[in-house]
Amino acid sequence: MRKWGAWAASAVFIYIVYLILTLWTGKLGLWSPGELIAGAVIAVLGAIPLAEVVWKRGDARLLQPHRWILFIFYLIGPFFLSMARANFDVAYRVITGKIKPGIVRFQPHLKTDFARTLLANSITLTPGTLTVDVDDDTGEFYVHWIYVRNPDPRPEEVCGPFPAWARRIAE
Amino acid sequence: MIAELGFLVAAAVLVGYVFVSMGRLAAGPTTPDRAVALDTINTLVVATMVLLGAALGQVVLVDVAIVYALLSFIATLYIARHLEGGPL
Amino acid sequence: MSALFYLLLAIGTAFNGLGAFALMRFPDVYTRIHGATKCTTFGSIFSILAVVAYGFYKGGGEGGTLALHALLALFFLLITNPTGSHALARAAHRAGVKPVGAVVDRLEEKK
Repeated sequence: MRKWGAWAASAVFIYIVYLILTLWTGKLGLWSPGELIAGAVIAVLGAIPLAEVVWKRGDARLLQPHRWILFIFYLIGPFFLSMARANFDVAYRVITGKIKPGIVRFQPHLKTDFARTLLANSITLTPGTLTVDVDDDTGEFYVHWIYVRNPDPRPEEVCGPFPAWARRIAE
Repeated sequence: MIAELGFLVAAAVLVGYVFVSMGRLAAGPTTPDRAVALDTINTLVVATMVLLGAALGQVVLVDVAIVYALLSFIATLYIARHLEGGPL
Repeated sequence: MSALFYLLLAIGTAFNGLGAFALMRFPDVYTRIHGATKCTTFGSIFSILAVVAYGFYKGGGEGGTLALHALLALFFLLITNPTGSHALARAAHRAGVKPVGAVVDRLEEKK
């Protein structure tokens, strides 16, 4: 049952990407019938390997729509703002050369794979931090910090509100 | 039109940055340095292709950019795995 | 309307250039990944958003296709770029490259 759900979700994802790529190919409607059929065949076949890889330790809660709305809000709100700040931070350090790097460890208490991926990618794109390694068993993050203020930080000191957001969106 | 000329100029500037990154690709003291330079060049090339697609009015260049982004991602993962010394 | 495209393009190329120069300026692999990943991703977002705005402004079948395909390219770039740089950082650490001038290295202590 779980396996079929993972397969169906992957197939829907592939089909949506295919439909975006072939939009405005039809004469009357938006899609020509040939494209619709070809896309369905590709989605059904391509979902078999994709479901094996992506949903190995997935979570059905990702399919709840209010999480997607939260995710889009997160992308254009807090995430985009801190990305802009990150770039001015890099500009400042390129010009002044003021760095004090180090690799610190912290424990954000996230359990699912998707939440960890989301937090790791957010950390990489936001000010002064870069995810180097994630311990698969304990969920500890090893983060390269370009200006270390505290060798044993709490999660909030390194990446602000992001662990809370990752929990809200993916757990 | 004027906007298309702007896209063309921006694409030319990005190609200039690709050459700057190539300096690190040639100079980088360790292999990970070169891999990072290659990754940066890949991102710049994707952006350049999208800009050229708009400048020349060829949507197919944007499709090429999508495929290039995905393939270069896989290449980066394989280079990283190779650097770790694990099995491919 | 052209002013909007020029503004987006100017921001995009400026940050892309910052990424390329950060690659030359910083002293070791990890700090280079910092500069290169953040700046080229941010710069590419603005460059591609200029193309998306241009496509929607142009309208019709061709402009709409251009905008949607560019958005899809942006989506894949946003997913793949931080993941790839994370893989490279981990590989560099496992290959034994030390962060230059590091005050603390918890990952080294773990082994």
